[in-house]
Amino acid sequence: MIRLENINKTYYTGTPLHVLKGIDLHIEKGEFVSIMGASGSGKSTLLNILGILDTYDTGKYYLNGTFIDNLTETRSSSYRNKLIGFVFQSFNLISFKNALENVALPLYYQKVGRRTRNKIALEYLDKLGLKEWAHHMPAELSGGQKQRVAIARALITKPHMILADEPTGALDSKTSLEVIKILRDINREGMTMIIVTHESGIANKTDKIIHLSDGVIDRIEKNTHKKKSSPDSEIK
Amino acid sequence: MISLLQEILSTIRRNKMRTFLTGFAVAWGIFMLIVLLGAGNGLKNGFTSNWGDELVNVVMVFGGRTNVPYAGLPSKRQIVLYNQDVDFAETEFSGEVGFATARTNLGSKNISFGAEYINSSVYGATADIMMINGLKLDEGRFINYPDLKEKRKTTVLSKKAVEILFKGAQAIGKHVNIDGNMYLVTGIYHVENRQDQTTAYIPLTTSQAIYSMGHRVSNMAFTLSEKIDNLEGSNDFIHRYKNRVGQFKQISPNDNGALWYWNRFENYLQMAGVSRFINIAVWIIGIFTLLSGIVGVSNIMLVTVRERTREFGIRKAIGASPASILRLVVIESIIITTIFGYIGLVCGVGITELMSGMFGKSAGSAGISMNVFVNPTVDLNVAIQATVLLIVAGTMAGFFPALKAVRIKTITALNSK
Repeated sequence: MIRLENINKTYYTGTPLHVLKGIDLHIEKGEFVSIMGASGSGKSTLLNILGILDTYDTGKYYLNGTFIDNLTETRSSSYRNKLIGFVFQSFNLISFKNALENVALPLYYQKVGRRTRNKIALEYLDKLGLKEWAHHMPAELSGGQKQRVAIARALITKPHMILADEPTGALDSKTSLEVIKILRDINREGMTMIIVTHESGIANKTDKIIHLSDGVIDRIEKNTHKKKSSPDSEIK
Repeated sequence: MISLLQEILSTIRRNKMRTFLTGFAVAWGIFMLIVLLGAGNGLKNGFTSNWGDELVNVVMVFGGRTNVPYAGLPSKRQIVLYNQDVDFAETEFSGEVGFATARTNLGSKNISFGAEYINSSVYGATADIMMINGLKLDEGRFINYPDLKEKRKTTVLSKKAVEILFKGAQAIGKHVNIDGNMYLVTGIYHVENRQDQTTAYIPLTTSQAIYSMGHRVSNMAFTLSEKIDNLEGSNDFIHRYKNRVGQFKQISPNDNGALWYWNRFENYLQMAGVSRFINIAVWIIGIFTLLSGIVGVSNIMLVTVRERTREFGIRKAIGASPASILRLVVIESIIITTIFGYIGLVCGVGITELMSGMFGKSAGSAGISMNVFVNPTVDLNVAIQATVLLIVAGTMAGFFPALKAVRIKTITALNSK
């Protein structure tokens, strides 16, 4: 599903910073993958490239067999809308829209009528246990609730994969467990899930852990303890 | 489109303060522009209306006293104007003088009808005075040739005098008493913007006969032909007239006191200059008001759009194309500026109408009404053009920062504070 070949990325802000150095990666459909690494290792940059939020300098990126390179902003937006769902550490909900409107927004860009998209959004909020909170503004929701709204928004367009950048970074351990359980459940339904985390407890609950170090893949670890560590167990 | 409007209305509804501030800047800009332009126009109209419908290319001549001995004649000699001086002006300067006329100033007289009376100026005049003084006939006729020839006791009264004397009853065909003589009322006139005028006119020849003036007149007036259409031309004419009439009446060419001239054209040009100045001032004020409105709106739009960079990043991350975001900002700007621009327009027009009602006219004393403020309104086209300009400016002010914002990489926009 995802194939990266020799991806390089350098930031030119003052001193050039070579953050990704020849990344080769292959992720199959339905995998639950985590990307780990220290701060500045390039994990968020890698996720942004996977999510077509950022561009790469050299290399090749294939998503569902499509070569992702030099796309116009309109094309990128369209791919993101149809293929990718995002979950961010800081939730990235629109502050002046309520939970329902935030969840329904991706469908607006698919030209779905308001009544239909609100109906679908309510179903997703219901699945995530937030039906009662549908008309609340983000400021009235807890961190866990906000992240669940963000997950519902990521799911509403039925994307091919979900990219989550530190999805539990702003949450307490109990809420983190709840969120990771939701992500795992979604993955079990066949959704490809890629999360960036620096918490080994979170990474241990994924199928594959990609260790990044200084812009290169240090190692890829298959999680053999998956069955032992249930999503309900404590995060270390 | 319906979805887009719903999206915009939802954004507007949830951002009331931002919407209000943007809209207020637009409404205030338009409102101030219209009120200032209206006030300026009112001032200008008031100023020009005081000129009424009087002819402007008129020279009036008054008799005075010589202050230089000439041709064996002493100084301090009274120079009197006669009927033949009118003929002299017309025949000697036939190509330059349109028509000439004279009048006698009989001073303030009692005019009565039954128990009602007024005290007003009375002049002996010819029909030509109507044009020179801009009199408009409401009823009947003015002084005519038979009146002058037969020295009839007829009079033309002002509308105001008729209101006082006749209390709404028919005046034409009735007789009024002017200074002890009965005169037949033949006409009623008014002067534009001088509604309080009560001056009465009787035939020039009648006034000369009743008041034993012989052929004497108090002053004369003549219009200049269309060839003389500037101040230099009219001053040159006066200079030549003065020399010629000086020969006729034996007045030294250096004597400036023997005859007095009032060149109405000069006054008119001065007034036109002031009017032009007011006009320029009004437009400068208007343009600067509009500019300050544009700057205000642009500033608010700039800040608003910059504040929304992160929101645009979120929208792009979940599938919004740059064009859709631009459309959102531009249509939102158009909706806000149009609605508030219209509110400003309506309030501005309302205030100018209120000003028009309250300060439309300001009466002076002694029967002379002065118009300070006349029709203090703005041409609707100007108001609409200004509103459209502000709407376009507001939209542009939203469009360019929005264009910049949507060109920012999605990830950079997402991470913006």
